[in-house]
Order: sequence, then C-alpha cells, then structure tokens
Amino acid sequence: MRVLGIESSCDETGVALFDTDNGLVAHRLYSQIEIHAEYGGVVPELASRDHIRKTLPLIQQVLDDASMSVDQLDGIAYTQGPGLIGALLVGSAIGRSMAWALNIPAVAVHHMEGHLLAPMLEENPPEFPFVALLVSGGHTLLVDVKGVGRYTILGESVDDAVGEAFDKTAKLLGLSYPGGPALAKLAESGKQGRFKFPRPMTNRPGLNFSFSGLKTFALNTIQDHSKESRAPYNLDLQTQADIAYAFQEAAVDTLLIKSCRAMAETKYQRLIVAGGVGANESLRQNLNLKAKKLDFEVYYPRAEFCTDNGAMIAYAGSLRLAAGHTEPPIIKGMPRWRLEDLDAI
Amino acid sequence: MNEVSERYSQIIESEQAMVAWASQFSSLISAPCQIHLMGNLGAGKTTLVRGILAGLAYSGLVQSPTYTLIEPYETKLGTVYHMDLYRLGSGEELEYLGIRDIDGEKAICLIEWPEKGQGYLPPFDLEIHLEVQRHKRLLGMSSVSSKGSQMIQRLNQAGLQSND
Repeated sequence: MRVLGIESSCDETGVALFDTDNGLVAHRLYSQIEIHAEYGGVVPELASRDHIRKTLPLIQQVLDDASMSVDQLDGIAYTQGPGLIGALLVGSAIGRSMAWALNIPAVAVHHMEGHLLAPMLEENPPEFPFVALLVSGGHTLLVDVKGVGRYTILGESVDDAVGEAFDKTAKLLGLSYPGGPALAKLAESGKQGRFKFPRPMTNRPGLNFSFSGLKTFALNTIQDHSKESRAPYNLDLQTQADIAYAFQEAAVDTLLIKSCRAMAETKYQRLIVAGGVGANESLRQNLNLKAKKLDFEVYYPRAEFCTDNGAMIAYAGSLRLAAGHTEPPIIKGMPRWRLEDLDAI
Repeated sequence: MNEVSERYSQIIESEQAMVAWASQFSSLISAPCQIHLMGNLGAGKTTLVRGILAGLAYSGLVQSPTYTLIEPYETKLGTVYHMDLYRLGSGEELEYLGIRDIDGEKAICLIEWPEKGQGYLPPFDLEIHLEVQRHKRLLGMSSVSSKGSQMIQRLNQAGLQSND
C-alpha cells in the first residue's frame, strides 16, 4: 500500500510517500522559517497562505522523486490536528479532496501520534511498550505507549511548552528567531556553574512539567546583569552565553529527571524522544548517559524527523489505513485534540 | 461621550502574590467582559490569567496560549477565552481564528498582546499593564468603559490595596 502523507499543522509543509512493502520512498519539506523570522515567530495567516502555495508543488516533487503518478496511490494521510486551524485546514482540504478525486481512502492523523511513531522509520525501531518524551514549541508530554493508539499521558506542561521556553528565553537574550537552536549554540560557549537555575516541579512527585518559571528566572537574571534596566537588555557576550548555558542545563535536567521517573514508574525498557527539542544535542548526550547508567534504551528519529515532517504522517496514516481506519469526505481541522482520544488499532 | 477613566495600581511581590491578587480580582468580573493585558515577555500575563481562572473555580491546566492563540475555559461565569495575539502579523488574522464565533454578549475575554489585534477587537472594559521592576511587578489598571470604571471602584472599595 502506497500512502501519501501531508503535514501542515504549523510552519513547515511536509509531504512524503510511504510504501508498506518498501518503507519510506520519498519525502520533502518546505520550511517557512525565513518568512516568519522577521516577525520573531510563526504568523498564523502567513503560514496558511504559504501552505497553500507549497503543498501541491511538493506533492508533485515527491511523486517525481518516487517515479510515480497520482493514480498509483492507495491512500492519503493528512494532519488534522492539533495545531493552527488555518494551517490544518489547508492540508486537510488538499488531502481529503485529492482522495475524493482519486477515489481512494483518506485518513486523518494526529500530529503527536506522528511524532511518537517517527522512530519507527529508523533501522532498529523500538518495540512496544515504550515511554515517549514529546518535546516541541507547542508540546511537552510524557506518554505511556502500549501500542498504536493506546496512549496514556503520564505528564505534561502545566504552562509553557519547553520549546516555547527556549524560544522566549532566546528572545529575552536578544537572539533571533528561531530562538531555541540559537540559544543552544550560544550555550556552547557558556561557563558551567556561574548561574544556577531552578529545576521546576522536580522536588515533588508527579510527572508534570512547568517551564514558565524558568523563563521568568532567566528574565530576572538578565535584568540583574543588564546595563539597561528595561528591554532591550544589554549583556556582555560571556554573561549572555552563561545564562543560555544555565537555562539549557536546567531545562534539559528537568526533562531528564521526569523521563527517568516515568521509566521507573512504568518499568519499561525503552524511551523514545521526538519533537523539535528532541534534536537538542545536550538533551541527547545527557539522556544517553542516564540510559546507560539506568539500563534502558533510548530511541530518536533522525534529526530531520524530529521536527515536523510528512514522513511521520505518511507512516502513521499507513498503519491506520491498514487497520481499516478512514475519514469521511468532510474537511475539518482540530486545533485541540487529545492524544488519549485516539482509537487503538 | 468618554467615560471618566478610573485608575488603580499595585506592587505585586511574587508569582504567588500575582495569583492571589488575580483570584480575588476575579470576584469583580461578570460576563460579558473584555480585559486587555499588556506587558513584556515574562511580565506575568499568563500567571494573572491563571489566577483569575482559579478564582472562577476552574481547576484544570492553564497552558500558555502562544501556540494555539486562543484557549477557551468553562468556568462558573460561562466561557472565558484566553487569547495570546503575540504571533499575529495583523489584526485581520483574527478573522481566521474564529473571533466572530465568540458571543460578545456573554463571553469573558482575557487578551494578551491586544496591540497586535488593533482595529479588529471588540470594545473593551479594562486595560491591565504589568511592568517588570526587577523581581517585582507593577500592576496598573485603567478603565475604558463604565463597566470597567465600576469594577475599579469596587476594587478599591473591596480593599484590594491600591498605591494610588
């Protein structure tokens, strides 16, 4: 079965072709980062308009890459949520209409299910059950994954997502969008030990996260060392790097503590990490060390499949189509959609 | 005719104090009500919203709406909409977020970064400014409707201490 996958929930347009016999055949991504950089973040309506411009040409390119024509497709999968409503509607409208026109089944995919199944696209995929740490600009989740569609949320952020805290702290530090990777880069030249940030919600039981306080702590530290008392703040380069270091250290450490706690509670042997923050080098290095010490396996998708992409949607969609799940010919987007509300297959 | 604008200000010592203040303040809110929240990144806008929702007996999570832009909450006063317009390129985009679907006769809206939606937001009652002052916050409030003025008058009478 050959399934076309379309991802358009935020600021990346992703299209891919997954073949249940031959695996991932082709994938393409168009990133809107440059468009949004001058605004310092994703601009929802610009994102929707850009998805409209890019999706059809990307579909054509992916088919060309695979040396296939549309009538060789067996199904179409598209992200229906969660995400920005305008952006979701573009992918849903194109995906559902194409399937209608080609008279093939379509399936709506949950964006976060796509992320947590992304490591399955790699060699040596993890077996069920596992714990998934999903970390991005919009989400911070620890999920007990017993099988496809069998999800229990163990913990989530009670305020800001971890990627959002990275981006906002980066902005306070005067770094340009997208701030998270820029902050991580800056942290490389930071000195350990000069600043000590808190590890929110780690000294009490439970698996929820809080990252808003870390952002505020960064703001206070920046103000204490700024030559200007108001924004834009003025820090010397070393102080800027040291704050970036301390922030990243605290954010990573917090994710680490909670992930290990989830592993202990579930007694599972496998942890998967996905989402944009899953590409963070410091997180990966520290998790790998911990996993070795505590004797569990960690799985990551390749870096390009940590961030939003069409491959994970094509793959998740292929599993659901194979299990007989299809979407009626109604175009809709679901900006809020609980992972736990999905059907098991 | 312009309403006489009422004013109120208060130093907030900590995050906990912000939640406590906002929770008390929520008792003065009745639907419909439009409140604009101004202040820089990290000033405590979402914390203030969390306090208001706690005061309105909403006990679930109050996540940042930066990603979803608009989050509805069911409270004892009906639906409260928490919006974050930080990412809007222009106010026109509000049309695409379904702002017209919100029933202005009934709804309570708490809007962060309202300046990004200028020209496309309905008339509002109160403006709350949060200014970062080192580790404290200066909360300033002014009214732009008679309803808003009454709220501030009641706020002063209720003994939520003002520095004015």
